[in-house]
Amino acid sequence: MTRTTNLFLCGVGGQGILLASEVISSACMRSGFDIKQSEVHGMAQRGGSVVAHLRFGEKVFSPLIEPGDADIVVSFELLEALRYLPYMNGKTRVIVNTQKILPAPVATGADVYPADVLAQLAQRRITVFPMDAFEIAKAAGETRAVNMVLVGALSALLPLDEAVFLAVISERIPEKIRKVNVEAFLKGKEAIKEMISV
Amino acid sequence: MKNKHNIGDKVLFSGNEAIALGAFEAGVTVASAYPGTPSTEILENLCTYEGVYAEWAPNEKVALEVALGASFAGARALATMKHVGLNVAADPLFTAAYTGIKGGLVIVTADDPEMHSSQNEQDNRNYAYAAKVPMLEPSDASEAKEFLKTAYRVSEEFDTPVLLRTTTRVAHVKGIITAGAAECSSAKLGIEKMPEKFVMLPGHARKRRVELEKRLARLRDFAEIFPENRIEWGDKQKGFITSGVSYLYVKEAFPEASVLKLGMAYPFPDRMIRDFASQVEELFIVEELDPFIENHVRALGIACKGKELIPAMGELNSHLVRNAVTGAAATDLFAPVPIPMRPPNLCAGCPHRGIFHAISKLKVFVAGDIGCYTLAALKPLSSMDSCICMGASIGTAFGMEKALGKDALGKIVAVIGDSTFMHSGITGLIDVVYNRGFSTVIILDNRTTGMTGHQPNPSTGVTLSGDTSTAIDIEALCRAIGVKHVITVDPHRHLDAEKVLRQEIDRPEPSVIITKAPCALLPEIKKKKDKKLYTVRAKNCTGCRSCLRIGCPAIEWVPLTPEEAKQLGYKETQKGHSYINPVMCIGCGQCAPLCKFKAIAVVGEDND
Repeated sequence: MTRTTNLFLCGVGGQGILLASEVISSACMRSGFDIKQSEVHGMAQRGGSVVAHLRFGEKVFSPLIEPGDADIVVSFELLEALRYLPYMNGKTRVIVNTQKILPAPVATGADVYPADVLAQLAQRRITVFPMDAFEIAKAAGETRAVNMVLVGALSALLPLDEAVFLAVISERIPEKIRKVNVEAFLKGKEAIKEMISV
Repeated sequence: MKNKHNIGDKVLFSGNEAIALGAFEAGVTVASAYPGTPSTEILENLCTYEGVYAEWAPNEKVALEVALGASFAGARALATMKHVGLNVAADPLFTAAYTGIKGGLVIVTADDPEMHSSQNEQDNRNYAYAAKVPMLEPSDASEAKEFLKTAYRVSEEFDTPVLLRTTTRVAHVKGIITAGAAECSSAKLGIEKMPEKFVMLPGHARKRRVELEKRLARLRDFAEIFPENRIEWGDKQKGFITSGVSYLYVKEAFPEASVLKLGMAYPFPDRMIRDFASQVEELFIVEELDPFIENHVRALGIACKGKELIPAMGELNSHLVRNAVTGAAATDLFAPVPIPMRPPNLCAGCPHRGIFHAISKLKVFVAGDIGCYTLAALKPLSSMDSCICMGASIGTAFGMEKALGKDALGKIVAVIGDSTFMHSGITGLIDVVYNRGFSTVIILDNRTTGMTGHQPNPSTGVTLSGDTSTAIDIEALCRAIGVKHVITVDPHRHLDAEKVLRQEIDRPEPSVIITKAPCALLPEIKKKKDKKLYTVRAKNCTGCRSCLRIGCPAIEWVPLTPEEAKQLGYKETQKGHSYINPVMCIGCGQCAPLCKFKAIAVVGEDND
């Protein structure tokens, strides 16, 4: 039996993580994999930290990724990448949106946003793919498409066809904003490919 | 548009979506619930299927009574709730176990180990034992759908309500499920009078009590042959008895081991347990929360390892189970690094923020309740002093008042949301009026049930399926109860609200203050076109931080070095200035009056 692949998504409530994980899971399902996708609802809209566990393979049991066992982490916000460090190992590949969303204690001046998030990841020899998904989404024409930029980036690291992702996106996203979301997906994929080829 | 799936369709569904589809396939025609994480999505999805009446009841007790009534009329009926909701519905549950049913009746209880979104983590398997009703416990979404259908067959075959227990990691985990064939009830719709079965007078109840024991005995026999109680033989060195999501953690951690999976959490298949235990060298019981299976296994005289290894608090996971059983310590994982927390916060423009800021200035004891507004207990608002369960605010405030007598006047307020007031706050208010209290009750009417994701409630005038209904007038309701002083205020205008509060808390009679403004996330606010956003006039900001005291996520503190301060034209000693994030501001205006220096102004009016 092939090993289960563990994808860990993290970010801030309101960034579209739940939709992103749904798109990825649907693409996995259509590619013939078993999949379990776990997330916690409830306080997500209120600016809290949000995570989703996605596990796919021949047969998936546990819905939760074990500490130190994430194959790929997609952090929708810079600081969040550091929060979930215990889920990573030396071989984890981490896609980081370098966009900063200030946590409440930072916004009120009670705490300080760390200046060296990427350096802290690099110190631990973790492979990091930093990208400004917000700017990429903006260039694609929709700042709210940050999630699709990151799905696009992630897709470049997965054994799934682009066509499957595009089919899922076009079914899942309303026609009015479909084009910019597809554009965002493709730009995200392009951005990471440039980093891999370097 | 009604939801439709063809038999054999594969879909990616959460446990809750799967239960909704299962209910549809089982031929459920009446479903009632009160929203509560992690159960809410069941009815939100079920109402999209053809031929199903689904409703939000004011509370879980009513929901179960409605489902029981539908069952008495011969329909397959469903009631769903979060774990603590079953406490509210426990009264009808315990006696419905005596009456039994006519059409199949299933109650879904969605437990929340780890308290992701709850005030406690009670283990509702104990209710199955206490109420003497069977309970099924699926491990994932696919099982959730199939088990729900099975639950209806069990309900009708054994003439009993059936509990189906999920936990957060079943209810909110998505997996692949296959749409199946529709079934229908063996019961006939219609009115049938059966007083000896349905009227629980002591004389009747004593007879039903005997029937209940006979039924339990038959269910115990059934548990032995129920295919979802199954042994998966593997290596016999280690044997595990487990149920629900814990089964998945065991399979992940010990794929080679022998497992007895209990699809029916209660009653137990004793013969199967004895047989399994006798064939494995070491027996482990892996279950989240209480030692429910373990206590039973030990009572059978079987040696096993359970809670001395597996935590009785919080969620499990495969890592934890593996380490607990093998005794191995976690290998070199990256240690967490100290970084700023990201606690949940009231949204930018939340009407609750305004009123809680006003309340915080009164220095009173705030008896709180369940909803988004419980977040007002956190810094910087820090204005909630108790929160127990749905509707508890009014009773606890009144109890403190009775204990302290006249000294309590002006020192205690009760705070409760609109949906929570409808749920179980009304009876508390009746107690205050009836027993000559002087409590001040603040009803936070944000026109929706916010915390669980915007469900309508009896005071909003809309039903679950979106139909217009009679909106209960909270003000008129309070007056009808006998409260003479009922005042509605705008919570965004918190200075005015504060004046009303100060006047009402000193009144030696019951009073109700209704703070009325829609939730900032409702479409009517989000899509509003002519929003007047606010900004900080840089030259006026003295860095006094007064505006930060309301904890609005749109207001940020920009720290400055002496050089930066000088460059921007501030005194060198100024440590920073405030900034309003234009992407987050929705223009509620609560912050403007907080600034003595008139540094906060509407965008476009900030140049004078």
